[in-house]
Amino acid sequence: MTPILHVLANGGAGGTNLDPIYGKVMFWILAVLAVSAALAMILVRQAVHCALMLAVVMLSLAVMYAMQGAPFLAFVQVIVYTGAVLMLFLFVVMLIGITSADSLKETIKGQRLWAGLAGIAFVVLLVVGIGHAAIGTAAPTTSAQSTDNLTGLAKLIFTTYVFPFEVTSALLITAALGAMVLAHRERTSPKLTQRDVARRKIQSGQVAPEPPPGVYALHNAVDMPAMLPDGSTTDRSVSDAIVQRDLQLGRDPQGRITTDLAAEARIEEERQLEAGAAGKGENQ
Amino acid sequence: MSPAAYVFLAVILFVIGAVGVLIRRNAILIFMSVELMLNACNLAFVSFARLNGNLDGQVVAFFVMVVAAAEVVVGLAILMAIYRARRSASVDDANLLKY
Repeated sequence: MTPILHVLANGGAGGTNLDPIYGKVMFWILAVLAVSAALAMILVRQAVHCALMLAVVMLSLAVMYAMQGAPFLAFVQVIVYTGAVLMLFLFVVMLIGITSADSLKETIKGQRLWAGLAGIAFVVLLVVGIGHAAIGTAAPTTSAQSTDNLTGLAKLIFTTYVFPFEVTSALLITAALGAMVLAHRERTSPKLTQRDVARRKIQSGQVAPEPPPGVYALHNAVDMPAMLPDGSTTDRSVSDAIVQRDLQLGRDPQGRITTDLAAEARIEEERQLEAGAAGKGENQ
Repeated sequence: MSPAAYVFLAVILFVIGAVGVLIRRNAILIFMSVELMLNACNLAFVSFARLNGNLDGQVVAFFVMVVAAAEVVVGLAILMAIYRARRSASVDDANLLKY
């Protein structure tokens, strides 16, 4: 049985039941994973990558909770944090725009350097302080822990901590109401009717829908603009996000189109040559 | 592994989160760094619960999780409202109260 399952099967009786070697190996793997993922989170540019790195940190912390005799918290960590909170983050990242990568320009001069120095100083301060506190080994498993982690937590929450628990419900309702109020948008203009939409379409001159990307082009891909009947391409058929991404990566958004057009011309030339050869063959 | 090692790991994660709050410009990423700091605190609470041999630390970590969930909901809603008004999620652009 793997160490984690071993701990969970013991009803969270604590890391004390865990084989010490297993515990050490697991701890070092997870610690390196969590710290490197956290560092990557604050250094990576793309917001989506940051969210994924945060997921790695949270999952490794969940395993650590399980190793430390807190299986209930481990599951809550996976369900609430990785499941709900991170999905919410990803939703907002998608809504606000995947293209909104952080700019690397410093608006305050020397801010990164000083933030890094302050971080190092803070870590030294805390490590020295905690190092002096002489934290001993884990206490032996008490009756509160040994019966069952879940039962013990439930007893504590519904006896000693019942008032904070009730206050939490008020907090959650307030948060839900607040999110609804903040996310609500008043309609400032009247809603468009079907007749208005039709009239606007006729007035704009473009009655039919725009051609989707790849139509009549050499490649049927989302980043390939459609060809119009006169052989020109239309930029409006390609999603703006793809153009933005090209610009971000330093690529020429028109690059693919020009190569496509060049390939088309070459194919046309070959076709004509072939037709000419076939014609000669027939004549002979 | 002794609880002290977990506490030191929590310290390192907390400081990484704090540095992230200081150096990032995008409000979403600042929020993520705050979440990292809260997670580090939770790890410390769970370690101290094991150290003391009781469950009070775990109960506190549980409450931290609940409050963090509520905080994220309201915070991201505020962020959406700011983004709708100013078309930007950068903390440098939200300077209406500056002057």
